[in-house]
Amino acid sequence: MQVPRYQGPAPHVLKRDTSEEKGEEARMSSFIGALALCDLVKTTLGPKGMDKILQSASGDIIVTNDGATILKSVNIDNAAAKILVDISKTQDDEIGDGTTSVCCLAGELLREAEKLLDAKIHPQIVVSGYRLAANAALKALEDAAMDHKANFEQLKEDLFYIAKTTLSSKLLAQSRDHFAKIAVDAVLRLKGSTNLDHIQFIKKTGGNLSDSYLDEGFILEKSLGVGQPKRIENAKILIANTPMDTDKIKIYGARVRVDSYNKVAEIEEAEQKKMMEKCQKIINHGINCFVNRQLIYNRPEQFFTDHGVMAIEHADFDGVERLALVTGGEVVSTFDHPELVKLGHCGLIEEAMIGEDRVIRFSNCAAKEACTIVLRGANKQILDEAERSLHDALCVLSQTVNHSKVVYGGGSAEMLMAKAVDDLAKTIPGKQSLAVEGFARALRAIPAIVADNAGFDATELISEMRAAHQKGDKEAGIDIQNGTVGNMAKLHVLESFKLKSYMVSSATEAAEMIIRVDDIIKAAPRRREE
Amino acid sequence: MSLIFDEYGRPYIILQEQEKKTRVKGLDAIRSNIAAARTLSRTLTTSLGPKGMDKMLQSQDGDVTVTNDGATILKEMDVENKVAKLMVELAQSQDDEIGDGTTGVVVLAGALLEQALILLDRGIHPTKISEGFDKACEVCLERLEQISQKIEFNENSYEDLVKAAMTTLSSKVVNRYSRQLAEICIKAIFSVADFERKDVNLDLIKVEAKVGGTLEDSVLVNGIVLDKDVSHPQMPKVVENAKICILTCPFEPPKPKTKHKLDIDSVEKYRDLQKAEQEYFRDMVQRVKDSGANVVLCQWGFDDEANHLLYQNGLLAVRWVGGVEIELVAMATHGRIIPRFSEISEKKLGKAGKVREVSLGTTHDHVIFIEDCANSKAVTIFLRGGSKMAVDEAKRSVHDALCQVRNLIRDQRIVYGGGSSEIACSLAVSEFADKVSGVEQYAIRCFADALDAIPTALADNSGLSSLDTLGALKAAQLKEKNPRLGVDCLGLGSWDMKEQNVYETLLSKKQQIQLATQLVKMILKIDDVIGPTDALT
Repeated sequence: MQVPRYQGPAPHVLKRDTSEEKGEEARMSSFIGALALCDLVKTTLGPKGMDKILQSASGDIIVTNDGATILKSVNIDNAAAKILVDISKTQDDEIGDGTTSVCCLAGELLREAEKLLDAKIHPQIVVSGYRLAANAALKALEDAAMDHKANFEQLKEDLFYIAKTTLSSKLLAQSRDHFAKIAVDAVLRLKGSTNLDHIQFIKKTGGNLSDSYLDEGFILEKSLGVGQPKRIENAKILIANTPMDTDKIKIYGARVRVDSYNKVAEIEEAEQKKMMEKCQKIINHGINCFVNRQLIYNRPEQFFTDHGVMAIEHADFDGVERLALVTGGEVVSTFDHPELVKLGHCGLIEEAMIGEDRVIRFSNCAAKEACTIVLRGANKQILDEAERSLHDALCVLSQTVNHSKVVYGGGSAEMLMAKAVDDLAKTIPGKQSLAVEGFARALRAIPAIVADNAGFDATELISEMRAAHQKGDKEAGIDIQNGTVGNMAKLHVLESFKLKSYMVSSATEAAEMIIRVDDIIKAAPRRREE
Repeated sequence: MSLIFDEYGRPYIILQEQEKKTRVKGLDAIRSNIAAARTLSRTLTTSLGPKGMDKMLQSQDGDVTVTNDGATILKEMDVENKVAKLMVELAQSQDDEIGDGTTGVVVLAGALLEQALILLDRGIHPTKISEGFDKACEVCLERLEQISQKIEFNENSYEDLVKAAMTTLSSKVVNRYSRQLAEICIKAIFSVADFERKDVNLDLIKVEAKVGGTLEDSVLVNGIVLDKDVSHPQMPKVVENAKICILTCPFEPPKPKTKHKLDIDSVEKYRDLQKAEQEYFRDMVQRVKDSGANVVLCQWGFDDEANHLLYQNGLLAVRWVGGVEIELVAMATHGRIIPRFSEISEKKLGKAGKVREVSLGTTHDHVIFIEDCANSKAVTIFLRGGSKMAVDEAKRSVHDALCQVRNLIRDQRIVYGGGSSEIACSLAVSEFADKVSGVEQYAIRCFADALDAIPTALADNSGLSSLDTLGALKAAQLKEKNPRLGVDCLGLGSWDMKEQNVYETLLSKKQQIQLATQLVKMILKIDDVIGPTDALT
């Protein structure tokens, strides 16, 4: 029966300015958005990837090839593209590296999906095919993973090579051996903790990148008070977080009301006295160094100087926490019970120079977890990028220390997975197998992008690699220096298993989410008050 | 709006600012309303079933939601039309009452409205249509009772419950892990369920989600998870046999509500003030300590001094714990919420086996687990996932599954899904139609047609030819007298929904049909819409 159509004016269902895209149109808009984003970061993938300059609204410039940083900084209005940004952000939070790869893989999966959809295959079939493929890929990856947890020396070596691989795609590539060693040393000091706050970066322009070094102690970018001892051996440190001007009155509604100038002076005197008592209490802890998170004003400072105590003011919050951690002290805010307070200890506090700046170095500390990495470089942009790169490496390493499985890099892991997925495709009857094949192609696209970015003949390389893998050579990957297929075991190109598996599963998840969408409803942006 | 003129050519003004309003009357009003409601149901039709597609919704602030949960889609759609808003409320009430089947109810209402349109065109009066629909609805409910089956489960064997929960989860993004999540949901429900009263207090199950990790990392925590961190970095990270002091008063000197001033005009007073201040802090912390507590949860913040004193006394303290969470913790640990320091006593402390802080990923993120609480009936489902959108969707899916399981504990009867129960009802209704004399007969027959919309949509979404499938299924149901035959959405090669383990609760199905019928009756009764000009066009 024909449904009679309503003849009058179409009723207005959604709010004004709300747009709705349906079916093909919706799919196209989300695919185009996601692919555009993927193409944007694609050129930064791999050791020979290019960098991007990002200029913010305020005119600050960042030069980077870190996927997460790029994606974070671009303003996006496309809903699907936002999903990609989100997964790369999560990759950054969870693993710290592989942010570009995850975005590229999701993009390639969508590119393949688009072809399949054009061939009139239902999105749900594509999704289920991708799922089968992802499981097969992860299984192949897990089978190929190596675990050297038992052997510490071997693990250390693995970490070193992973760091090298991670750093090779960054600005630090020239001196990657140097930085890889720094990163491994720093991470091993953490003894399995993943809290990277304990590793401090100090960036000083000047010198060049290879002048950077790992300082075993702790460096505070502060200068000492005038006339205070410049060097203390066997320091006993009190780390505090307390106001050192006047204490805020915390009783509500209290106010000072006086009726003569004399009284003002008296109260001022009382205030000062209170402060001095506090200082006395602090000194009663039997310390020779006092570090405060807040400012120390001149009078207390002078008081400390008189008593031969080194006073350091305004160490930022992270600085205080780190210092507490290295020296084994605690952060103190009340001073009435010296016997209960744990003081920090370190062998030597001295004023040091980095470049032209004076800093305070705490060495020979009680606890050894924390350390400082001093970065030197020609300009601010280089230093920032170096910090990001090194941070990525540290993240990966700290995760690898706990999940010590590793796989070969240089595209060999992807080829390995692609082979497993291809094998799976042959066993599946039905249309899903097309999607599974598509998944394998998407996996192979990653090393192809890496090769393309390096200016090699990607098609040639990929087919050579595929042949090698088919023959059972699981170590074949791209030798990025020579542009040939090389043995990744011999070239020591290692990557963390967790990184790779996370990349595959979250890229699949994101692609799946975008493919399943058939309707996009965009609410009108909230009107800003002018 | 058309105006009426008297014999002198002056317009009658009946409504305020009449010329600025539009008015739709009679059948046109009904038609326009139906058209509006159908717009929404058409949008949702493609989301129905395990192969349904998702919708991507961008909010006013640019946040993206990807979901196929009917209630969520409609809520986020920013609907303006009044009748369309009724549809949104329809989905919402299904969500509140049952928790699942929100898409189905909207699709069914849409189909009923479409059929009503045909009837209206034949010149049948809206009231008659309503009456017919009402009768048909009763027949449906009866038929559902007939075909329903009781499932058995207890704490050790709950395979049928798992299947029911998996049916709910199968249509969501999370279906890869549906088995795992279904089991988590069931265990959660079992630990809080009251089998005597056949009720489940879902408030006792907290669903906490955190971005990061993968869905496989989701766990059921036997206790409470707080998305907070310990207030002092060096406080103990793990406390066993925790005695928890739950405070809703800030660590600061008292603050009377009445306005007051404390004048200080001499040095002595100034000193006294300082002393009193310190005394307050020491006293407060001492009271906490004296009560034997080793964990402090506070709804407010505390300043550095208090924080340090707490730390010095070896207490694990958490600040800025939200009101709802405070209550949950109190409930879970059998503690009392303490509003003033003077009322702290040992009896009022909450007890838990273990309190610990766990860090996640490479960022600063910390959560606090309060485990093995005194009241074992408080659990948290802690969800992880690759992106914010995935986690949010998982959260919604888990909510649906929890509701599904709860409904089964309330009423153990199930019907089979996959459109099988709708087909059975449709057959029963059309059989009934022949027995009714009068105009209602047509309405009842159309009701049967409307019920077919669900299996049709399921088949369409699964890429099957819907007319072929529906015809074949109807014939088979009649021939085999088997009400379990439904659409084979997953392509498993069987029509029997019992073999495919597609279970739905009887409660939810009944509610769907009742709510949809009610809504349609309501829309059919509206015959005049008056509104500002731009709202209607």
